[in-house]
Amino acid sequence: MEYPAEYRYSREHEWVQVTGSTATVGITHHAQDQLGDVVFVELPSVGARLQAGGPFGAVESVKAVSDIYAPISGDVTEVNESLIDAPEKINEDPHGEGWLVRLTVADSNELPQLLSAEQYAEYVAAEIDG
Amino acid sequence: MATAESKSALKRTPLHGVHCEAMARMVDFGGWHMPVEYDGIVAEHNAVRSSVGLFDVSHMGEIVIRGPQSVDLIDSLCSNRAADLQDGQAQYSGLLNPQGGFVDDLLVHRIASDHYFLCVNAANQEGDFAWIRDHNSFDAEVTFASADYAQLAIQGPRALGTASKLTGLDLAAMRYYWFESGEFAEVPALVARTGYTGEDGFEVYVAPGDAVGVWQAILDAGAEYSIRPCGLGARNTLRLEAAMSLYGHEIDATTTPYEAGLGWIVKLDKPAFCGRDVLAEQKQRGVSRKLVGFEMTGRGIARNGYGVLVGGRELGHVTSASPAPWLGKNIGLCMLPVEHARPGREIEIAIRGRAVGAKTVRIPFYKRTRQ
Repeated sequence: MEYPAEYRYSREHEWVQVTGSTATVGITHHAQDQLGDVVFVELPSVGARLQAGGPFGAVESVKAVSDIYAPISGDVTEVNESLIDAPEKINEDPHGEGWLVRLTVADSNELPQLLSAEQYAEYVAAEIDG
Repeated sequence: MATAESKSALKRTPLHGVHCEAMARMVDFGGWHMPVEYDGIVAEHNAVRSSVGLFDVSHMGEIVIRGPQSVDLIDSLCSNRAADLQDGQAQYSGLLNPQGGFVDDLLVHRIASDHYFLCVNAANQEGDFAWIRDHNSFDAEVTFASADYAQLAIQGPRALGTASKLTGLDLAAMRYYWFESGEFAEVPALVARTGYTGEDGFEVYVAPGDAVGVWQAILDAGAEYSIRPCGLGARNTLRLEAAMSLYGHEIDATTTPYEAGLGWIVKLDKPAFCGRDVLAEQKQRGVSRKLVGFEMTGRGIARNGYGVLVGGRELGHVTSASPAPWLGKNIGLCMLPVEHARPGREIEIAIRGRAVGAKTVRIPFYKRTRQ
């Protein structure tokens, strides 16, 4: 699986794409693959203040519920409402249409602490082999 | 998201290699490296409801009891009455502790009057064996036989059509909860009309060395019905729709059959058995808590262990819950004070700090239409 080179990744398997002062956040291909068919998403409201590393919602498959953690801090400006009726988008296009929320970037110094695509791919490979 | 799992030291069934080759998603299930899903829980679940699915349940334990007083040993430890069984008949029962709680739940098969075959839960098998052996004051020999058996479950309305192709046994004439020994897919087998899905089906016990061949033979025989190999994820959602108990969830060492809605497996009129006194008293006074089904009315999915609120107060907990793929609802089972454990009540489930609406309902949630 290709992980977009322009994204940054958390060890909790979220990705973040920064465009100017806005960040888009989702869960990775690996995360959705581990979960299986996503049937339910719980997301914060617009205006919610997210803290890097803090839980901000949940993604659920038939089998399991996984908390999702904010890869960076910021205020939620947009929520992917289409996931309420079509949570399967997270399986079908985790790095695109399956995005979860958009945020203002509160502290750009947090970004370098996240993994690059290459580092994340290695991290996942080590986890699978573990 | 936390996804890491350690695979070291996990036990494997004879079909482990088959699952890995088929790229099933493998997980640690009570110390066993087992497939949780092949192509997806929903597709597997619905295949069993509409046609047929195949499960590897070789992690389940087997205990053999032989000798003239075998039935006396079983009836001294189990809540149901094994003495009622005839040769070739099976029975669901509870192996109980002195407090009337479950050591395990199990299937008792009578092969002959001096020969019984018990199928027990994977995680409890060593403990069950020790329990039975240590309480054996009868002329009976107890053997831990799990290493001698692989178990495959063929489940769904097309299970009969699939399995019938592989054996000369008259499976169509076999009644529910009966079994026969004979050739199946050209190897010796015990074939029982039992299951854990709420559908018709068969559980086939074979020698471990025969398991891979039998697995493939069943998939080939079921190809015309689009048979699917299924993981333990679908097994769990299927049994939940059918409201069948799972050890460690609905039943455990501190839960009695009456509390779990399993009063039908308690035969108080038989001679003394472990736990009987507690159960007799409970039967007379009534239980204080009871298992009840619910379905979500608000937006949310209940999960095991979540709190159950009645009138805003947390009065119980969810024992099992999940989206129900066939019913298209979010359902669950919970233990509540008996005065609230009736269908048709408004309750709430505490989901990540929110109280989400639900209502109690009759169980089973799903019941197949029998032909």
